[in-house]
Amino acid sequence: MTRLNVLLHEMVPDHQIMTGEEVTDLLKTFDISEDQLPKIYHDDPAIKACGGKPGNVIRIIRKSQTAGEATSYRLVVRRPKK
Amino acid sequence: MTSPKRIGKIEFGLLSPKQIRDMSVCKVIWPDTYDDDGFPYPKGLMDPSLGVIDPGLRCKTCGQKQGDCPGHFGHIDLAKPVIHVGYTRLIRKLLRITCRDCGRLLLDKEEIEKFSALEDDPYSAETIGEKDVKKERVCPYCGEQQYKINFEKPTSFVEVISVVDENTGKTIKTEQKLTSADIRERLERITDDDLRLLGIDPDVARPEWAVLTVLPVPPVTVRPSIILENGQRSEDDLTHKLVDIIRINQRFRENQDAGAPQLIIEDLWELLQYHVTTYLDNEVAGCPPARHRSGRPLKTLSQRLKGKDGRFRGSLSGKRVNFSARTVISPDPNLSVGEVGVPLAIANEMSVPVRVTKQNIEDIRAMIRIGPHRPTLRDPCGANYVNRPDGRRIRLIAGPEGNCDTVAEMIEPGWKIDRQLRDGDIVLFNRQPSLHRMSIMSHRIKVMNGRTFRLNPAVCPPYNADFDGDEMNLHVPQTEEARAEAELLVAVQENILSPRFGAPIIGGLHDHISGIFILTNQTKWYTKSEFLYLLKYTKMDKMPEPGKIVDGVPYWSNKQAFSVILPKDVSMFYKATCCQNCNPCTKDSEAGCPNDAFVRIVDGELLCGTIDKKSVGAMDGTILNRIIRLHGTRRARDYIDDLTKLSIRAIMLNGFSYGINDTDLGKNEHKQIRDVLDQAESDAAQKISIFEQGHLEPMPGRTPEETLELQLMSQLGKARDRTGDIASRHLGFENSSVVMAVSGARGSMLNMAQMAGCIGQQAVRGERLSRGYEDRTLPHFKRGDKGAGAHGFVRNSYKSGLTPTEFFFHAIGGREGLVDTAVRTSQSGYLQRRMINALQDLKVAYDGTVRSTGGKIIQFVYGEDGTDPAKSASGQPVDVKGIAESVLKEEI
Repeated sequence: MTRLNVLLHEMVPDHQIMTGEEVTDLLKTFDISEDQLPKIYHDDPAIKACGGKPGNVIRIIRKSQTAGEATSYRLVVRRPKK
Repeated sequence: MTSPKRIGKIEFGLLSPKQIRDMSVCKVIWPDTYDDDGFPYPKGLMDPSLGVIDPGLRCKTCGQKQGDCPGHFGHIDLAKPVIHVGYTRLIRKLLRITCRDCGRLLLDKEEIEKFSALEDDPYSAETIGEKDVKKERVCPYCGEQQYKINFEKPTSFVEVISVVDENTGKTIKTEQKLTSADIRERLERITDDDLRLLGIDPDVARPEWAVLTVLPVPPVTVRPSIILENGQRSEDDLTHKLVDIIRINQRFRENQDAGAPQLIIEDLWELLQYHVTTYLDNEVAGCPPARHRSGRPLKTLSQRLKGKDGRFRGSLSGKRVNFSARTVISPDPNLSVGEVGVPLAIANEMSVPVRVTKQNIEDIRAMIRIGPHRPTLRDPCGANYVNRPDGRRIRLIAGPEGNCDTVAEMIEPGWKIDRQLRDGDIVLFNRQPSLHRMSIMSHRIKVMNGRTFRLNPAVCPPYNADFDGDEMNLHVPQTEEARAEAELLVAVQENILSPRFGAPIIGGLHDHISGIFILTNQTKWYTKSEFLYLLKYTKMDKMPEPGKIVDGVPYWSNKQAFSVILPKDVSMFYKATCCQNCNPCTKDSEAGCPNDAFVRIVDGELLCGTIDKKSVGAMDGTILNRIIRLHGTRRARDYIDDLTKLSIRAIMLNGFSYGINDTDLGKNEHKQIRDVLDQAESDAAQKISIFEQGHLEPMPGRTPEETLELQLMSQLGKARDRTGDIASRHLGFENSSVVMAVSGARGSMLNMAQMAGCIGQQAVRGERLSRGYEDRTLPHFKRGDKGAGAHGFVRNSYKSGLTPTEFFFHAIGGREGLVDTAVRTSQSGYLQRRMINALQDLKVAYDGTVRSTGGKIIQFVYGEDGTDPAKSASGQPVDVKGIAESVLKEEI
């Protein structure tokens, strides 16, 4: 059985793991703490595919009809049990 | 950014018997409230130490007056423990997963290991559920055999003890009811460490506290008794319930002390359990609700909190306001869209606070002299109250015995008066359901006679209002800030562009569109007096040059009349609603479009084309859209006012009516329609006979039956359309329904076809009618008849009238639509409620991000593109075509 790499699918936006430096920059520009970022579960198929671990911040670049490209950021968190 | 206060954690716990006793100021032992003289019984349910509800008395516990004393809890000692209904789930779980003997969790060390918390995060512990413990296993700690525990609603637990008979090898099951005392004992045995594994903090919530031994008695302030007109006291539902509890508790204790037989004790215990259960929640499944003497179910603790009128949704989230009015609405096309007509009676009652200054003192004196009763519309407004700086409030009283003249002399700068509403005051106007922000807009008021709110019909679309008895609400902002916001953000003209689709939501409707269509279609010439009649009520400061002069008489064209109300720099090119999509399009030919459906506006001059729904309609309004972008919202508002007035004049110049004979067709047409329908029915019969012989070629992926149904549907549909074509060929632009359908004012060509030609196939869920009797829709047909008439084809028109079977079929088809709307409204209402609850506190921060109140980021750029949808061009960020055309002044 071949496993599908979801990141290669046309409808899955680009997921990038950010470096620590980039994250501090990001938090500074928006003047926020890490827990004020939007979140994404560690077992999200796209996170599993790009190798994100809880605590990583992911940059997601989506195609947008109106803006061309839209960037958003998400903090990887462990999915709470049940 | 952090919010000023952040919730670190929330602790949910149970009240322990000790806590209940500690907070209690009185042990309640008597089920009585007041004695014959009206004094509360000491140690009764209305003990004076539980708080004060009578004005003038002081609380025995805290010494404060009524209103200041918050009330104090008492308690009742229950003769035997009783289960709290709210915690039956928890009790069931704990009984099932702990040992019946030693109280340990029925999991060994390795199993527990799997569930234990991750080192770094104590809250990530996976809590153990009932499914994690196998039924009827042996306790890994004490070796005790476990049994199945059944829960019977509402509050009883039964242990099914199964013993293997040594002789026969069969298992014998015996049911044994667990008393509340047994359950409490078992819960007591569970160790603190095991509880932590289950996600329960034993310091605040020992499980045995879910079985009550002491019942708190809420303060009297929570359950005040009311005195009826006849002087009788009427107690609160909670008090009634507490009386029941105490009475049974007392009897129980007496019987217990007297050593009554076990049976009686059990009955009383159950009764006590019932009363405590209904006291906590009177809507538990499997438990008959406790009723008042009148038969009304009692409203007990849970009912006070739950549901739409409960404490949360009814009292905390729902608020009532002063300075508001509500009445029926009716139309007044002479008002501006930004105005609202307010009845004098309402304007007299409602007020705006005004501070007295040196500058306005004389004006205010005049208002006070008029007092609370403004006799007619023309009178200046009066005042209802005068507020002195020391906080005293003087009510103005009209008439010779009144105080108006004396108070008028008293006032000095620094006082405030409550002035009545007058023309030009800004108010908020609202119609429920408030589904989008345009459901509340601010209008300037115009005081009027009559008893209804008056509004311009052009603002009906955003409110979704009509005049079949709709009522609307009006609120008067009381501060300068509120008025400023009402003016700058909420005003009607600021809400012409809907953020829903980035185009005007306000615009002409029905007769406005018919009228402007009749005015502008093709070329017509008007004399000076006709031209002035049309534009009498619009803001025209100068007559345009006449379009042509014949025999020395000047004439103005219909297009000129419309151009008068346009700003001078509008240039637009587009197809109107009445465009028939001819192929090839002839708009650029010498003669131009035969329907005059291509609109060319250059420098505010309508050169050709018809103005209809596309140009001025609500939710379309391309011209209005352009005017807002070019000249702002006020000019747009004036344009709407001009347009509605012009179009109504135009429709009055010609006259516009509709009657039964507008659907009349000639003999010839009737014959044609009959032929078409006969042909269609015989074609259908032929198809059916092919099918019955088994020669019908099925479509890919379909059975022959499905194929037949689809083909019949499309065939009969086509026949209906053809009758419509025959009818519309006969009816020309002199027919009102054609004008309305073509201009987009109301109705469609299909509606016309159904009135004059043929109603056509009735359908449920997109299929021909088939249900009813065995193999037929009605007993009027043969079984298995697949013909058009037997499955809901209505060949008559609304005008010719339906046969009984057709009428029945039409009712079937019509009902589907009704059911659909009924279902949709309730579903979309609930969706709306959940959406609003989820999104209500989000806002766009100054850095363009969307954040919740906790400063959490929801979107990094509002809507991904940072565009205000109300300022977008129908969803697109930039209207390239429109801008280019208005600069180049030619079509691209």
